[in-house]
Amino acid sequence: MIPNLDNLPVYDTAGVNERIARFCSRSIKSNSKLEGLRLALSMVDLTTLEGKDTTGKVKQICYKAMHPHDSLKNIPTVAAVCVYPAQVANAVNALKGSGIQVASVATAFPSGQSSLEVKLLDTKFAVDQGANEIDMVISRGQFLAGNYQYVFDEIVAVKKVCGQAHLKVILETGELDTLDNVRKASELAIYAGADFIKTSTGKIQPAATMQVTYVMLDAIKDYYIKTGKMIGMKPAGGISTSKIALQYLVMLNEVLGEKWMNKNYFRFGASSLVNDILMQLVKAETGNYQSSNYFSKD
Amino acid sequence: MSRLAIQKTYKLYIGGKFPRSESGRFYAINDSKGNLIANMCLASRKDFRNAVVIARNAQSSWANSSALNKGQILYRIAEMLEGRKEQFIAELIAQGETAENAKNEVLLAIDRLVYFAGWSDKYQQFFSCINPVSSAHFNFSVLEPVGVVAVIAPEKQSLLGLISVIAPAIVGGNTVIVLASESKPLSAISFAEVLNSSDVPGGVVNILTGKKEELVNQFASHMDLNSIIYCGTDEQLILSISELASNNVKRTTFYKKNDWSSDSCESPYFIEKTQEVKTTWHPTEI
Repeated sequence: MIPNLDNLPVYDTAGVNERIARFCSRSIKSNSKLEGLRLALSMVDLTTLEGKDTTGKVKQICYKAMHPHDSLKNIPTVAAVCVYPAQVANAVNALKGSGIQVASVATAFPSGQSSLEVKLLDTKFAVDQGANEIDMVISRGQFLAGNYQYVFDEIVAVKKVCGQAHLKVILETGELDTLDNVRKASELAIYAGADFIKTSTGKIQPAATMQVTYVMLDAIKDYYIKTGKMIGMKPAGGISTSKIALQYLVMLNEVLGEKWMNKNYFRFGASSLVNDILMQLVKAETGNYQSSNYFSKD
Repeated sequence: MSRLAIQKTYKLYIGGKFPRSESGRFYAINDSKGNLIANMCLASRKDFRNAVVIARNAQSSWANSSALNKGQILYRIAEMLEGRKEQFIAELIAQGETAENAKNEVLLAIDRLVYFAGWSDKYQQFFSCINPVSSAHFNFSVLEPVGVVAVIAPEKQSLLGLISVIAPAIVGGNTVIVLASESKPLSAISFAEVLNSSDVPGGVVNILTGKKEELVNQFASHMDLNSIIYCGTDEQLILSISELASNNVKRTTFYKKNDWSSDSCESPYFIEKTQEVKTTWHPTEI
């Protein structure tokens, strides 16, 4: 049933910014930094969502997912590869036996401006092709118009079609205007059955920010306190450096705690982040600052 | 009523901005009598790392700007320096130069900028060539900038030496990260103000002040730098730069001269030091 949205906490932007400034001032050095970087790498959903994606390109990023940088020992693979439904079969094929998940965006991604019927078919297609994870978008137009019931029912319907596949619900926070709206949308998604809530499609600016991620983590925390159920979080878009990734991990640890510090409950939707992490890890090993020339692009 | 003295804060110059060192450190520069002239930022390796990222991002658009445009900008730097020459002369005197030497150095520095500005649309003709080959190819060689260049500026003649080394590098389409003279760093940062008001795009020239001991090995070992120029005579340092630079085959240049005022410092071969030759084999009919 749709949750009560009237008594939600109200977010004061200045207060949220201050809290975030504290997360960003934590000093993470040497061994803890390396551990943090490896953890961040293991949480990446390596993403390619372009009209120009080809079988070859998808194969290539699947290879990158399995072999981030072969000359580095003791590094994890990424958590998942995230593609459009039409590329799911390719990705499943390329990742066979690797343990890496295949995530697919669905429900008329990125705008979500289509009928429920089409969205459900879109989702069913991705699941049938073998996607383990579905990243759906909510109907922001309906949300902003106040049709919360519509948004809620839609997520419930998609969740049903997902079956065994995990459902990540994209709020597209860049279009929701206020932090209070982000909280409302998080509540709707969580109560409608989302396994993960996700900030953005990556197609709208601003994409993930620490502010909206904080509010979403807060919603996850309140839900956990109330029900004991753990919901995952995925900031996506704009997280391109190791430094920012580590700041997100600090925030995750301080808001939700250690139980969430793994790829089952936290993901980064990113592509260029991977090489930045790898460059940092090689720097730690060799002592020399690295150049992107020596790392595979996809 | 007497005015309060307003003294300049000397900071770093990275990406067209004047940040302090992220490390918060500084070191004192004194005159010959031991009086404090200024506190300089003591740049850390992280300042350097940030500067490399910025210089790398700025490089391709600077290289792709027209030769005419690069020449005009160099000439503009000379114009701006001309307008502020009294300040630069006074600064050199404060750092221990005689009045005559200081004046000569500043005037020569301005002239040197004009000299390299003139080469902007000419050096390519000077060094490029068509090569005779015994197959059905049109074979020609042209110069391309190496990319991002690290410069360890001369200790003495801290303005003229700096300009003599960076002008040929940037006129050739490179971006540079400079470690200013450690003992006489004031002119380098004042020169950054001149660069900043001369339409030089942010990130093309980045100037750090700090200790050679801390930074030179970082300069030499960074994998994203394409060339390193060291001005000085420390053989031990030259050896270590050569070894570290070999990791990614940086082009190394060592200027051991002490006098940057001689005519021999004006030559297009200074530009060629930070260029790579690209040779093209183009199939033709016989």
